[in-house]
Amino acid sequence: MATIATTGNKGKGIRSDCQVTLELRQSGGIEIRLTSKVKVMYGESILTLCNHMFRFYNIGHALLELDDTGALEPVIAARLEAAIRKLTGSTLEFLPEMLPQNSYHTEKDRDRFSRLYLPGNSPSLMINAGIHKPNGIILDLEDAVAVSKKEEARFLVRNALRSIDFYGAERMVRINQVPAGLEDLDYIVPHNVNLILVPKCESAGQIAQVNQRIEAIKAEKGISGNIWLMPIIESALGVLKAHEIATSANVVAMAIGLEDYTADLGTRRTNEGTESFFARSMVVNACKAAGIQAIDSVFSDIADMEALKQTVLRSKALGFDGMGCIHPRQIRVIHDNFAPDDAEIEKAKKIVNAFIEATDKGLGVVSLGTKMIDPPVVKRAQHTINLAISMGMLQADWRNEFMAV
Amino acid sequence: MSKYDKITTNAAGREVPQVINGKEAVPFMGVGKFRPTGRKYALPISTCADYPADGNKTLGSIREALERCGLKDGMTISTHHHFRNGDLVGNQIFDAAAAMGVKGLTWAPSASFECHSPLIKYLEDGTIHHIEGSMNGALGKFTSEGGMQGMGVLRSHGGRYQAIQDGDLHVDIAVIAAPTADAFGNATGDRGPAACGLLGFALADSQYADKVIVVTDNLVPFPCVPWQIHGNYVDYVVVLDKIGIPEKIISGTTEITKSPDRLLLAEMTAQFCDEAGIVRDGFSFQAGAGGTALSIGIYFAEMLRRRGMKARFARGGSNKYLVKMLEEGLVDYILDGQTFDLEGVRSMRENPGHLNTSPFTSYNYHGKGNFASMVDVVILGATEVDINFNANVVTHSDGYLLHGIGGWMNCLFSKCVILPIPLFRDRMPVIREQVTTICGPGELIDVIVTERGIAINPLRTDLIEKLKGSTLPIKTIHQLKDEAEKICGKPALPVLSDEFIAAIKWVDGTVIDAVRKVII
Repeated sequence: MATIATTGNKGKGIRSDCQVTLELRQSGGIEIRLTSKVKVMYGESILTLCNHMFRFYNIGHALLELDDTGALEPVIAARLEAAIRKLTGSTLEFLPEMLPQNSYHTEKDRDRFSRLYLPGNSPSLMINAGIHKPNGIILDLEDAVAVSKKEEARFLVRNALRSIDFYGAERMVRINQVPAGLEDLDYIVPHNVNLILVPKCESAGQIAQVNQRIEAIKAEKGISGNIWLMPIIESALGVLKAHEIATSANVVAMAIGLEDYTADLGTRRTNEGTESFFARSMVVNACKAAGIQAIDSVFSDIADMEALKQTVLRSKALGFDGMGCIHPRQIRVIHDNFAPDDAEIEKAKKIVNAFIEATDKGLGVVSLGTKMIDPPVVKRAQHTINLAISMGMLQADWRNEFMAV
Repeated sequence: MSKYDKITTNAAGREVPQVINGKEAVPFMGVGKFRPTGRKYALPISTCADYPADGNKTLGSIREALERCGLKDGMTISTHHHFRNGDLVGNQIFDAAAAMGVKGLTWAPSASFECHSPLIKYLEDGTIHHIEGSMNGALGKFTSEGGMQGMGVLRSHGGRYQAIQDGDLHVDIAVIAAPTADAFGNATGDRGPAACGLLGFALADSQYADKVIVVTDNLVPFPCVPWQIHGNYVDYVVVLDKIGIPEKIISGTTEITKSPDRLLLAEMTAQFCDEAGIVRDGFSFQAGAGGTALSIGIYFAEMLRRRGMKARFARGGSNKYLVKMLEEGLVDYILDGQTFDLEGVRSMRENPGHLNTSPFTSYNYHGKGNFASMVDVVILGATEVDINFNANVVTHSDGYLLHGIGGWMNCLFSKCVILPIPLFRDRMPVIREQVTTICGPGELIDVIVTERGIAINPLRTDLIEKLKGSTLPIKTIHQLKDEAEKICGKPALPVLSDEFIAAIKWVDGTVIDAVRKVII
């Protein structure tokens, strides 16, 4: 077994992270060489943490070089745990405190306009992600993590789930492709992940495997509460299997990943998206047939807000309920353009009002003018109203004003 | 001469010396409490009989000019910082002084930059005894570690004018690098290869230094207009090949930020100003050079455009965004203290609504009023703020002196002072129990905007009242501090030496704080 392991990151542009180089020794006790930009403020507490972890893993002799650029404690702990477990093969988990505010669950049909991708091995981007108020935050263990960093990223993502406040965003993790991604579940399921993205999904069987593993972990750890799934369709085959995937257990939304899909087709992705029109329509159709949300791919030019806006409007017109973002600046544009427009809100107000009046009068049938209104239409209108209120586009007491007119 | 003597505790509760570099200094007495007496400094009377009647004051070199000015041990040489990190003159002055074998000089720049780090060798060999101005970057580190023979003195831009005007800081020789000048010494900053916009920071130097040398790389036939510096104050003119590096004269902090966290701060700040009723027709504002501050200007512009309103004036540091507002008619005037980019320089040259101001008009506390207190809102930065709203801009939380004060202190007299700052930088909490160094008393700082909440100074009951029911996350400063410490952990205080290495002068010349040597 190796006696030296290096984990974490340092170098130009790296902040709020640390690099750990650990050498296990036969004698000489614990030696810690700490370089830190916050040494004056946190040097002592960093040493205390490291010594505590060495005792926890029963390590008596080691040389630790810790190069710190202002990493928070759970980040340092994740880096050191990754190194220790790499060298010792220990399966003991050194868990930071689970913040009480991180224990929330999410509803099946909550808003999922925006979901912000964060590379699973970059702590600096995680800390403030929640303040930008995306609907969901994805800690990505898949494409955004280099192959050599896959293992250590799991510890970081686990600790982030426990100790970083995402301020109400749905807590999501994208695991690696099944079957490799199944092992990722051990690191996230016990730590109140709300939703798991399953990439490059091509069959209901893969989703069944994920569900099975999740159930096994939940049973073992005695965890209750739903863990939702969002498969990502990223291939021609996946598109053809969209419906069986969408109707699998715990799937609440299904996304399309266009970079991989267009590569699979042997074509190039364009802003207009003609090449993916079929696939996007298939995904939307499968989702609606299954009664779940359809989620569009990310838009990768973070500087072009106008093109993003056009993409969102096209996406909404196709029937999508949300899309991914790779930069916090995209969140606002996505929310604003997925939001109901004025005409939609006005229509919804009339429908909901008619429904409330009909209910008050004890009428079983809702009608607006000469038209009968079906229950799903009322439900959709109520959803539009709720959205408009939650996005600050409509006062909660809109009916007072509405009635007065 | 000892660096300092007679330690006492000032009105801000800080230990400060009453003798600095052998001169008496008054401890800070509270805002507006110190009453100056006596008359302003006046320089010796000169006579035209000693100057060439044809107006040609040119000499062959900086050294020759220094010799003709009578440079000798212990004198004070001043420079301005309009060339920022692209200054090629400052170092040459002390190269010449060192070659002459002069010792014990005081350097009084209006600010220092990284490009002045080579002067450390002259601080080490005794050519320069100490700096009165700012000690940034490597110079700050050198000073913090106790390398300077004398005690550093930091002043605000307005404080520097006050000190020179009042005779607290006597300048023997002012060297004014000028992008364009004539042989008589008339000079301007708005044109020439090293164009920097204006030369306001050199105004006091030209008016009050015993001897004045203008150094240019663009000599034009008399008259050089506009004459931002009057040749009638000037003794000698030196022509060099190149006095500044244009791309470095343009500061690096003049692009709006792309950082989503900072954009959020800017947006919250702009919304705060709006809800507080500050953004209205005819209002005035000043935003610093940092990316966050610049972005706030953009949000202001959007609000004004949408409502068909305009601001009466904006205080610069000007930049292309402010210039765009001026040209679009969203603001009537830019009252500019320094231009931060080429658009600012161009606008100052071409647009009569873009006015050049100086620390005298804008900031001097010992004048008959100044512009700073007339500004409706000013957006500033800080390295630290404490629970009493005191703020620090010169030292980091590890005790190192790394920044100058700039106009920061002077701007605190604006009607509303807002500091948008991240709650923590990496793992460094910005809101502390007590700041490492006080540069601004809390009573003058109104609002702290962080990405996790906004704290309003309890003294500003009017603002608290206006923001009632706001959707903005209004919290107390204590809540913000606790929140930062929950995320970062409780920071240990730096252990510093008992020895002082620099004094911080308040806008009225009193000593508000003193910076201690770090323990390496």
